[in-house]
Amino acid sequence: MIYLDNAATTLKKPDAVIHAVVNAMQTMGNSGRSTHDEALAASRTIYDTREKLAAFFGCPRPDHVVFTANSTEALNIAINGTIGSGDHVISTDCEHNSVLRPLYRLEEQGASLSFTAADRQGRINYEDFARLITPRPRAIVCTHASNLTGNKLDLRRIGTIAKAHQLLFIVDASQTAGVFPIDMESLGIDILCFTGHKSLMAPQGTGGLCLREGVEVRPWKVGGTGVQTYLTQQPVEYPTRLEAGTLNGHGIAGLHASLSYIESVGMDAIRAHEEALTRRFYEGVRGIPGITIYGDFSTFDRAPIVSLNIGDLDSSLVSDELSCTYGIATRPGAHCAPRLHRALGTETQGAVRFSFNWFNTEAEVDAAVQAVKEVAAE
Amino acid sequence: MREKSLKLLVTFHTTAGAMSMEKLCKRQEIPGRLIPVPRSITADCGMAWCTVPEQRSIMEALIAREGLDAENLHELMI
Repeated sequence: MIYLDNAATTLKKPDAVIHAVVNAMQTMGNSGRSTHDEALAASRTIYDTREKLAAFFGCPRPDHVVFTANSTEALNIAINGTIGSGDHVISTDCEHNSVLRPLYRLEEQGASLSFTAADRQGRINYEDFARLITPRPRAIVCTHASNLTGNKLDLRRIGTIAKAHQLLFIVDASQTAGVFPIDMESLGIDILCFTGHKSLMAPQGTGGLCLREGVEVRPWKVGGTGVQTYLTQQPVEYPTRLEAGTLNGHGIAGLHASLSYIESVGMDAIRAHEEALTRRFYEGVRGIPGITIYGDFSTFDRAPIVSLNIGDLDSSLVSDELSCTYGIATRPGAHCAPRLHRALGTETQGAVRFSFNWFNTEAEVDAAVQAVKEVAAE
Repeated sequence: MREKSLKLLVTFHTTAGAMSMEKLCKRQEIPGRLIPVPRSITADCGMAWCTVPEQRSIMEALIAREGLDAENLHELMI
């Protein structure tokens, strides 16, 4: 099997990640619930992981790294915890439903939304941000890279606009964390949301948000924290404010190991490999008759994603054919990015997404190119 | 029960605060360990850094310098 659905979740994890999770399941108690060796083992691992992530993302304080189950949970906490009725929010057509649905729900509750439009290549016009700022602007919420096209957004440019207008800047780094350097401080990011199970190569059920100092986020989830038992409200101090309930210590141990792995291999090496695979696949399929590729490939400074269609074939049938006949795993259909599908004109057909990872090889890419050629020739 | 002696305890608002204290103290070879917060200090749950009273000035300086999430310092026979 050739696994090219890494934008959904990376299948192959470093051995160290698997060993770390198994070891944690055999040795770790519940973080913050006692001081016996097993509980402290969990607390130490989790705190070390906060430190690693803070360094990784340029977050000013380890205690401003908050763990969640994934990006969706992190984005829900960030968006619902900072935006209220009467606030205006600017976002983009490139967003995943993990951004859109929290925003749409807030719209029903009295917030107003504007979106920078994407063109047929999934590109946005950065000048739209300034045009969309209204008398009561509150935040810009945007992705770092589209999960559908792989197009990257210029966070520095958007962060500068946000700062100039004193807007909260919330970023969804689901497709880039672990592969692209992200420095919250220099990019002007107030809240960075990430997931562990994609490019960070950690287990599913890990993720979080990193907060700039001074950003106030209301908790939506309250409950047990291991501290301040008799307080009737959720403690106000981060990270406890946003972390009610037992954390996924076993998964976080895996995330700790995956961060160490990325540090040892080097993010630049990982990105260069994935870029080379993306370029190889793109060059291999672009000339095939009947192929339509979506996204801006004038640059390969992009997430390792190539989405395409073959003629007017149903993308679900193409993906199924690739799976059943060639053993190639891709993702078809709509990719939880409804606004971008409309912009690309793929609302009905969907698209077949090929997404690459550190563990993929050139031979796998070549096999995928050959498979697309054969399906297109039928 | 073990014999009691006077201890200096640092309490925290969060588990993360306690863990950052432990890490810094270990790095700087400051003696001590994390213990459950004695209920004579607070009925709340949580952890405290337990060391000897002679470490008070060092602990205060560390908390101020590192901006640690320390709630209070207590001296207690435990």
